[in-house]
Amino acid sequence: MSDKHDEIILAIETSCDETAVAVVKNGREVLSNVVASQIESHKRFGGVVPEIASRHHVEQMTLILEEALKEASITMDEVDAIAVTEGPGLVGALLVGVNTAKALAFAHQKPLVGVHHIAGHIYANQLIKELEYPLLALVVSGGHTELVLMEAEGEYQVIGETRDDAAGEAYDKVARTLKLPYPGGPHIDKLAQEGSPTIDLPRAWLEPGSYDFSFSGLKSAVINTVHNAAQRGETIEPEDLAASFQASVIDVLVEKTVRAAKEHNVKQVVLAGGVAANKGLRKELEERFKDLSADLLIPPLQLCTDNAAMIGAAGSIAYRKGKRSDLKLNANPGLILQ
Amino acid sequence: MKALAIDSSNYVMGVAVIEEGKVLGELITNLKKNHSVRLMPAIEEIMEEVSVKPSELDRIVVANGPGSYTGVRIGVSIAKTLAWSLGIPLVGVSSLEVLAQNGKYFQGGIVPFFDARRGQVYTGLYKKEKNGLATYKKDQIIMIEEWVEELKQTEMEYLFISNDLELHKEVIVDILGDQALFASVTDHNARPAELAFLGLNREPDTSVHAFTPNYIRLAEAEAKWLASQKK
Ligand SMILES: [Zn+2]
Repeated sequence: MSDKHDEIILAIETSCDETAVAVVKNGREVLSNVVASQIESHKRFGGVVPEIASRHHVEQMTLILEEALKEASITMDEVDAIAVTEGPGLVGALLVGVNTAKALAFAHQKPLVGVHHIAGHIYANQLIKELEYPLLALVVSGGHTELVLMEAEGEYQVIGETRDDAAGEAYDKVARTLKLPYPGGPHIDKLAQEGSPTIDLPRAWLEPGSYDFSFSGLKSAVINTVHNAAQRGETIEPEDLAASFQASVIDVLVEKTVRAAKEHNVKQVVLAGGVAANKGLRKELEERFKDLSADLLIPPLQLCTDNAAMIGAAGSIAYRKGKRSDLKLNANPGLILQ
Repeated sequence: MKALAIDSSNYVMGVAVIEEGKVLGELITNLKKNHSVRLMPAIEEIMEEVSVKPSELDRIVVANGPGSYTGVRIGVSIAKTLAWSLGIPLVGVSSLEVLAQNGKYFQGGIVPFFDARRGQVYTGLYKKEKNGLATYKKDQIIMIEEWVEELKQTEMEYLFISNDLELHKEVIVDILGDQALFASVTDHNARPAELAFLGLNREPDTSVHAFTPNYIRLAEAEAKWLASQKK
């Protein structure tokens, strides 16, 4: 038996269309990680409908809480703190998680810690391996494309971000152009594996030295390519188009990540966010980092997509650093990572 | 038996703590301010003021709509979580039925309503009976004209209770004339203590998990989707 008391964090995440609760021990060990996905419900609409997402969260929340505690064999008495995603995300969806967390904190007199969703994605990696600093995180999801530099634990510095669409958004739009079902990202990734990048598409490097991204030009180029081919009566192999699109996205993401990793001399590079599930991106990153001194971390699939264990991991850091939220905590859809 | 009542379904936000035969305290505001920020602090404040700990509560009562979707969800999320985590029963009461209590000594028809935009209202018809108010016409969303025309079918007098009275008063008077009476300004805020006692005298919902708000309306996307399926 250790003389040190184990730290138990109960974490809640409802920023989009997943109702998720997890129990995390000492910031590293996942005791339970329950995710109720609403994707089947939203498929009907070809995307997430905020009002419907909020309604599902209210229906699922206490059930998922109970399941997560049961699976972890933990009672509320044993919980040291409650962590919850306060933003960014869909405001109506966030509100359910935030108010649930506040009610729990009040009912059981537990400390409450608001967590930034992206900090969660980054710290998903902590559940696999101890993070070392300075560290660079490439965050790619439906709503985000960011390069985050961390000089120390819990300190975030966004050194690059998208100026228009997030990478995941571009994937969804291109998927729609190719008439692939929602969500489009995984379908494009799969198609791309079967084709070759034979179509010339632009890469937005922006001004020299910039770590920012831009995907709207690429997205338009894809739409134009399909449109022009149709007008000329030519056929484009969707596999090749997917492969070419994906190559263009990955080229820019990986190149800028490598450059930033070298410039800031980081010890680790971590991949975070839902697009981290992308096989093409994983492969290319692994390829490029083979010969570099920085260590590359890519979380397993179930920790890439939205889940609450990652909020527990990031919440644990914030909790130990003394961060506390009070009962006035609100959902903040535009929360800045700092 | 101690109960906590929560109502954040409309601009009026109310919390009350009661025990059998006694209102220990209630807190009511009528402000266009964020319920998400203010509701939990209000609950904490009233509980502290009346010296009741969360673990001493025997029941949670919540106004479960109709009203603002977001407002209803904030109240219901908090109520479900408190009931589930404290292991106590949860009772939901119509937000309109709570408001109707402000006319409980009136002998005619009691008509609480909330504006629902584009000429519509959330409303129902309540009447005094031996053991309190009974529902004569179920809560619904309806065009105000259509609703008042429907009420006009009987000779009864009606008491209208609503913070949104000014928006619809003209239509009501036009159609109902002297049959229409209006509650005074101090009677338009739903009282959480009324909510608490309604909930105290009612069978709790069997499952806290399965408890859902009564939005009355489907989400717009859902309604459109259902319509497209029928074609
Ligand atoms: Zn995410």
